[in-house]
Amino acid sequence: MSRYSRHIVLKEIGQRGQDKLSKAKVLVVGAGGLGCPVLQYLTAAGIGTIGIIDFDNVEESNLQRQILFGTSSLGKNKAIAAKQRLQDLNNTITIHTYPEKLTHKNALKLFNDYDIIVDGTDNFATRYLINDASIITGKPLVYGAIYKFEGQVSVFNYQNGASYRCLFPTPPKEGTVPNCSEIGVLGVLPGIIGSMQANEVLKIILGLGNLLSGKLFCYNALTTQTTTLKINRVESEINKVLSKKESFQNTNEELNCDFYVPEISIEEAFKKKNIQFIDVRENDELPKVEELNPTYIPLSELENRLDNIDLKKEIIIFCQVGIRSKTAVSILQKHNINKSYSIKEGASEILEYMKQLHKQY
Amino acid sequence: MRLTIKYFGLLAEVTQCSEEQFEFSGMLISELLETIYLKHPKLKEKDFQVAQNQIIVTNETEISGRDIALLPPFSGG
Repeated sequence: MSRYSRHIVLKEIGQRGQDKLSKAKVLVVGAGGLGCPVLQYLTAAGIGTIGIIDFDNVEESNLQRQILFGTSSLGKNKAIAAKQRLQDLNNTITIHTYPEKLTHKNALKLFNDYDIIVDGTDNFATRYLINDASIITGKPLVYGAIYKFEGQVSVFNYQNGASYRCLFPTPPKEGTVPNCSEIGVLGVLPGIIGSMQANEVLKIILGLGNLLSGKLFCYNALTTQTTTLKINRVESEINKVLSKKESFQNTNEELNCDFYVPEISIEEAFKKKNIQFIDVRENDELPKVEELNPTYIPLSELENRLDNIDLKKEIIIFCQVGIRSKTAVSILQKHNINKSYSIKEGASEILEYMKQLHKQY
Repeated sequence: MRLTIKYFGLLAEVTQCSEEQFEFSGMLISELLETIYLKHPKLKEKDFQVAQNQIIVTNETEISGRDIALLPPFSGG
């Protein structure tokens, strides 16, 4: 079989190793920046069964780093678009697609059908869900995450090793850690981190080398510095997850930032009366929209400054592009401040809209 | 004791440096953090874990190494 000859010729792999790969089943959660390179290398390597779960559609701004997609994939579901590309790369393997959200309801059943889980998601709620479901189903989890120019890789829940919660026991406060769509990411970084995740998957299946189990690999793409930190298994964290096993499927997704956030357009916002505008950007972010006389509360300070919110008014929140403002509304909802809305657009669009208004009158 | 503190991810943006030295004579990681907060009060609002000589430790751990790293969680993918 010439397709895998460069694997088979390696004495550490051979036909036996290649057979192990073809019998393996790997589930990749998220077909984005990390998921794309993971899927590409696992497919090329001949992993026999690959599952892809992603509810999201391909957007033009994804193409800078999500290398399985092209202009012809725009608007298509990512799991389905990825499969189209991957089956062309290797039509001898089986690829299952799940164009839906991973939830507490579907996670356990899905994970049970696979040997290894790969985390390529972009938010904490799903990362903790994946970790907990991996612990409950006893599946090794190959973790990767990125921030601007830095990345982390680890293998969790492998043969009684450490889990994500042994490193970070609880999710950070909402809105304190921005994601790629808000602050940007160097396009090649998820390629590097995702390729390392694929490498860990192959090592698990082949039983080769030393895994990043109990270790967190940190990489800085600007300085090319790497650091590997040791993580100890924390039994109490694992037990906490296992104790929730029975009720896991009934966990309320609303706790996982999936809940409904009312959004309005600039036009609708300007029609409202008796409102307080809040700018949740950091203090140094431009352009300012001074004409609206907004209250300036950076998102990271919101929970500590709720007394700056005028409860007699409707609250309209904006930011740079309309993402942080949504998080801000969900934070207010958590504190039972329900008459709040997120403007869909960002500060520049608001200024532009106001300029047009002035022209008209 | 002279300690080297490394800041990862957005923590380096808060402190405006990726690494700095601290002269410190206390016992525990928690005491060291209080000293760091005096210089960088905004770090207090951030979530992170501490590593000492490349091992993740808790705030109650005694300081025995010179290499301290502050590591925030990353969510991006």
